[in-house]
Amino acid sequence: MTRAFNRRLLIAGAIFVLVATVLPLWLSAYVLGVLTTAYYFGVFSMSWDLLFGFAGEVNFGPTFLIGLGAYTAALLDNAYHPPVVVCIAVGALAALVGGVLLALPALRLRGPYFGLVTLVAVLLLQNAIVIFARFTGGEIGMTVPDVMTIDPKLNYWYALAFFVVSAILLYGLSRSAVGLILQASGQDAVEAQALGFNVTKHKLAAFSVSALFSGVAGAMLVFYMGAASVGTIIDIGIGVQIIIGAVLGGRRTILGPAVGAIFLVVAAEVLRPLGQLNTFIVAGVALAVILFFPDGLLGHVLRPRENA
Amino acid sequence: MTTLQILVDGFAISSLYALAAVGFTLIFGVSGVLNLAHGGIMLVAALVGWWVAGSTPLGTYGGTLVGILAGLLTAYLTYFLVVRPIQRSTAIAQEEKEIFVLTGTLLWGIMIQTGMAFVFSDNPVTMRPLIRGVVDVFGVRTPRNEVMIAVLCWVVIGLLWLLINRTRAGKQMLAASINPRGLTLLGFDLSQIYFRVWTIYGVLAGLAGVLLASFLGVGTANAGQLTASAFSIVVLGGLGSVSGSLIAAYVVGYLETITAYLIAPTLRPIPALILLVLVVYLRPQGLLGRR
Repeated sequence: MTRAFNRRLLIAGAIFVLVATVLPLWLSAYVLGVLTTAYYFGVFSMSWDLLFGFAGEVNFGPTFLIGLGAYTAALLDNAYHPPVVVCIAVGALAALVGGVLLALPALRLRGPYFGLVTLVAVLLLQNAIVIFARFTGGEIGMTVPDVMTIDPKLNYWYALAFFVVSAILLYGLSRSAVGLILQASGQDAVEAQALGFNVTKHKLAAFSVSALFSGVAGAMLVFYMGAASVGTIIDIGIGVQIIIGAVLGGRRTILGPAVGAIFLVVAAEVLRPLGQLNTFIVAGVALAVILFFPDGLLGHVLRPRENA
Repeated sequence: MTTLQILVDGFAISSLYALAAVGFTLIFGVSGVLNLAHGGIMLVAALVGWWVAGSTPLGTYGGTLVGILAGLLTAYLTYFLVVRPIQRSTAIAQEEKEIFVLTGTLLWGIMIQTGMAFVFSDNPVTMRPLIRGVVDVFGVRTPRNEVMIAVLCWVVIGLLWLLINRTRAGKQMLAASINPRGLTLLGFDLSQIYFRVWTIYGVLAGLAGVLLASFLGVGTANAGQLTASAFSIVVLGGLGSVSGSLIAAYVVGYLETITAYLIAPTLRPIPALILLVLVVYLRPQGLLGRR
C-alpha cells in the first residue's frame, strides 16, 4: 500500500478535495447541481472501470445495477417511509444481490456474450418497470416523498464526500493484491488460473463491489433528484455515457474514469445551448480520443509503468 | 383466423429481420467485427430514402435507390473512419481490439443518430409503399407492399447465397472467415476482401433500412433498438452463421408477432429477450454456431 498512493497523486488528490470542498462558497446553486450529478456519474464510471479495466469483462449494463439500487430505494421509501439512509442501504443490497445473480451464470460466458447478457438485463429491467407501471410509474417515472436535503450546498457535500470515499476505496482496491490478480485474470485468464488464483471468484468479487458502489450511487442520486425515471437512470444512453466517460478518462486507472465522467457531464451542460448537436459533439470527441489516444486522457499520467 | 394472420404478418416482419441480420453476421464472420453502428446505417438509408422519395422528383423508386446508396456510403465511412484505424492501430493491444471496435462503433452510431435527428428531426417517418393495393393471402387481407418486401428479402438472400457459394469472390470471403492467415499465405489481399464484405453489408443494411421505412416506419430513436435486435438475432443463431441467423430471425419475428397478437402489443420484445438469455446461458454458441 505504500507504493499505491504515491506522493504526487496524494498531493493532487488533497488539492482537489480542498478546492472542491470550498467551491460552494462561490458557485451558484445551478453549477453546484451540475457538479453534484457529475460526482455520482464519476462513481458510476469508477465502478464500471473496476470490472472492465481490471477484470476485463465488458459490462454493457451498468445501469442495470444502478437502476436496481435506485428503484428499490424509491419503492421502499414510497411504501413504508423509512429513514433515507435505510432506503439507500436496502437499495445497495438489492443492487448487490441482483449483480451476483446476474454475474454467477454470466461469468461463465466470454467477451461479447457477457456483454450481451448484461445489455439484455438492462432491457428486461426497463420493460419490467414499464409493465409494473402501477408501482413504478412506468415511463413517466416515480417521485420519492423524502429527499436527503433541499440545501444545494449540503447535497453537493454529500455527493463529494461519497465520491471521494469511493475513489479512495476503489483505487486502493485496484492497487492491492486483489487488483493485480484481477488484472492478471482479465489479461490472461488461463495463466492466472495456472498460477493458482480462482479467476471466477475474483471476478465475482469485482462484480459485487462494482454493483455495491453503483447501487449506493444510484439510490443517492434518486434522493438527490427526488425522482426516479427510466430515462434518467436506466436508459441504455446513460450506460453508454458511463462507458464513454471511463474510456475517455483512461481505462484501468479508476481515477481516470472519474475525471472522464465528470468532464462529460460538465461538457454536456456547457454545450447545452447547441441542442441536439451537443451529444453529437461529445460522442465525436470521445471517438477521436479512443482513436488517437487509446489510453485516454489520464492513461499516461496514471499508468506510467504500464508500457515500460 | 388469428393463426393465419399471425403466420402471414410474422412472415413479412421476420423476412425483414433476416435481411437486416444477415449483413451483420456476415461482417462478424468474415472480419470479426461486431458493428454497433448497424442501426445507425439502416437509419441513414431509411431517412435519406424517405426524404428523396417525398421531397424530390425522383419518386419512391428513386428514393429507394438513393437510400441504399446512402446506407452503402455510411457503411464505407464506418469502415474507413472507425473500424480500420482501430484494427491497424499499434497503440491498442491486440486482445483489446474487440472492445475498442465495440466502443468505437457504438460512439459512431450515436453520432449518426444525433446527426440524423439534427437534420431530419426525431419524428418517425414512413415511406410511401413501393406498390399499392391489397391482396388475399390464405384469406388474410395483406398489403401488396408487405408481400413484395417478403419476396424481395428472400430474392436478395438467395442472391447472397449464390454469391458466397458459387463465385470466386464469395469463396474467398468464406475462406477468410475460416482461416484468414491461410488465405494471406496463399497470396490473397485480406483488406480487399474486407472491403468487398463491407460493400455487401452496406447494400444489405441500406436495403433493409429503406424497406423498414416503407413497412413499419423509422425514427431516429429506433437506432439502438435496431442494433439490439440484429445483435440478438445473430447471437441466437450463432455468431457468424448465416443460416443460423435466418432461422433465428424467424424465431424472433414470430415470437414477437405472437406476443403482440395474443398477449399484448406492449410486451412485444420481452419473450425474445428471455429466450436470448436462456440460449446464451444454455448454449452460448447459439443455435447453429461453431465454437
